[in-house]
Amino acid sequence: MNTNCSNLTEKYFRVNRLPHIWCPGCGHGTLMNTVVRAIDKLGLNKDEVVLVSGIGCSSRAPGYLDFNTLHTTHGRALAFATGIKLANPKLHVIVIMGDGDSSAIGGNHLIHAARRNIDITTIVFNNNIYGMTGGQYSPTTPYGDFATTAPFGNIDKPFDLCSLAQGAGATYVGRATAYHAPMMQKLIENGLKNKGFSFIEGLSLCPTYYGRKNKKGNAVKMHTFFKDNCVDVKVLEKNPEKAENKILLGEFYNNPKPEYTESYQVIIDKFQNK
Amino acid sequence: MNSEKKYKLLQGNEACVEGALAAGMRFFAGYPITPSTEIAEISAQKLPQLGGKFIQMEDELASMAAIIGGSLAGLKSMTATSGPGFSLMQENFGYAAITEIPCVIVNVQRGGPSTGLPTSPAQGEIMQAKWGTHGDHPVVALTPNSVQETYEYAIEAFNIAEKYRTPVILLMDETVGHMREKLQFKDPSEIKVVNRKKPTCKPEEYIAYKPDEDMIPPMASFGEGYRYHVTGLTHDETGFPTNNNEISGKLVQRIVDKVEKNIDDITFYEEYKMEDAEIVIVAFGGVSRAAKSAVDNMRNNNIKVGMFRPITIWPFLEKQISAVSEKAKEIYVAEMNLGQYFIEVDRVAGKKCPVKKINKITGELITPKEISDAVMGGRE
Amino acid sequence: MATDKRLLQNKDWCKGCGVCVGFCPKQVLKIVNEKCVIANPEACIFCGQCELRCPDNAIYIGGNEDEQ
Repeated sequence: MNTNCSNLTEKYFRVNRLPHIWCPGCGHGTLMNTVVRAIDKLGLNKDEVVLVSGIGCSSRAPGYLDFNTLHTTHGRALAFATGIKLANPKLHVIVIMGDGDSSAIGGNHLIHAARRNIDITTIVFNNNIYGMTGGQYSPTTPYGDFATTAPFGNIDKPFDLCSLAQGAGATYVGRATAYHAPMMQKLIENGLKNKGFSFIEGLSLCPTYYGRKNKKGNAVKMHTFFKDNCVDVKVLEKNPEKAENKILLGEFYNNPKPEYTESYQVIIDKFQNK
Repeated sequence: MNSEKKYKLLQGNEACVEGALAAGMRFFAGYPITPSTEIAEISAQKLPQLGGKFIQMEDELASMAAIIGGSLAGLKSMTATSGPGFSLMQENFGYAAITEIPCVIVNVQRGGPSTGLPTSPAQGEIMQAKWGTHGDHPVVALTPNSVQETYEYAIEAFNIAEKYRTPVILLMDETVGHMREKLQFKDPSEIKVVNRKKPTCKPEEYIAYKPDEDMIPPMASFGEGYRYHVTGLTHDETGFPTNNNEISGKLVQRIVDKVEKNIDDITFYEEYKMEDAEIVIVAFGGVSRAAKSAVDNMRNNNIKVGMFRPITIWPFLEKQISAVSEKAKEIYVAEMNLGQYFIEVDRVAGKKCPVKKINKITGELITPKEISDAVMGGRE
Repeated sequence: MATDKRLLQNKDWCKGCGVCVGFCPKQVLKIVNEKCVIANPEACIFCGQCELRCPDNAIYIGGNEDEQ
């Protein structure tokens, strides 16, 4: 094919599906590229990579990527992915979800997939809003922010998705942003290498709905906000004062534990044909 | 080989698992619910012994999703539930239908609505089986009335699912699920097992949703080198979403037609003493056993009565019911609900002869006497 | 060695969001008629910031490494 794009794009994208549907400046495109770079860095066989998504803006990502791709129902991506991974543990199963997708309608599936420590790398594109339906507040919309369904300010308290995943049993947890794309890529690589449930939150930006409703400026301004207001979690060790009022990024948890499909294989090996 | 026949005294739910395993089930995901739980328990016990996989999911939404994932990864997959869980499964039942991923859903019906009567029999999900998920879609639902039939139609359910790439419902009721009877196992050589059609082309030539002449596209498993896209959005032959009205309409029409136009291949029913029957009782599942008894009792009183028992509940056996109505003077539809299957029978047979209801929703099986009383009472 | 690197674009995919312009350290890029244009190519140091941040895969550093 003689497409006008980078070698990496040509190798991993279904270029005939581009340009994607996301709005100008949407952070999801940048985050999608971090997923591709991580897969490329690890040299995974495309035939063995499965990308699963739910419903929402984020869920469109798999359709643009040249792997085994499954665009499921709202919130259920992890349940479908669990079936795939258990049926064929040789596959590298990656789930891409949004904030509402993963923690509202899909919250129960998230905590149970994490609890089982099944070897799925879950990546949340968190843009703090329901974008596909036009800007309603999500479980990660900050307190006091505005949305079409919070016209007087949001009185819900937001989830800390990484704490939620870690509390539920994820064995690898980290967070980066669309601005911190190299860190995001590294976390995804580590998540893919972790034999267990990995959870990586990618803070995204929605200039169209969240940004406009909350006067956050254009995409460049929203990226700059991440640049100026995030610190690596490592600062807590020596300079905890630097973390004050900042968003923490980086690797929060890395503690491998027995993986679900491997534990199941132990049962098969012990009881098969007996 | 008959000297080697294997028999066992089993529950309907146990026979369901035996049939599923004989058909090649190697993946089960479910959530405990009365009166279907034994199906999960026995699957948990037996699947790893065969190298298969069992998982207890966090709810029925997830169970249905997981079996679709399991099937897409290449394993024949099943879940089992009852009314409240069946309601939750409707979401991804529709997903399996539009994405054409074969799987089997067992619904052991209990009293409803809502939590209803968890340990009592009912047949309240006849219409839900057909229309529970939104949008037009194909439905195959089979209703066994004995332990032996549960075994045999569990096999059939898998074969239909695999052949037509569609979810298939094994619509049991509590009576059948929990009764114990003799099961005669089939020798593996006697069992016809159908496996899904696989692509034979090179991966780069694979068009995932391009149907063959039989309306069914060959299905590759994830991981076999055919990288393709699956979505619950209406999609074109490549599998990618489309808003094209004509293509969207054609997709839904095809997935319905591939089942409806092959109805003769999935038609199962029993006729009992129908040769000279002037009165016909239509009954299925647990109720059909009482109906058969009622027929015998009334025959002893020289009433010309017979029973028509649909085993294929969906698609509706229009041709057979229509034929019944040509000869019958009266039809009674006996069911443990307020008249769901009746609606369909009346639609087809009502123009030819009176169609009447015999219903019971107390969580008890309709008795033979209740059926014969209804019939005799109508013949003053 | 670096001379065979080139800054390339797929204008069909560009949505003109301006992220590449905002983060280019050498003011190589600007938005004209809602599309990014390479206005000052000789200033480009091939740092890759634009390619890294472009959400639309519409700008990238090319050049045939095999030709070296």
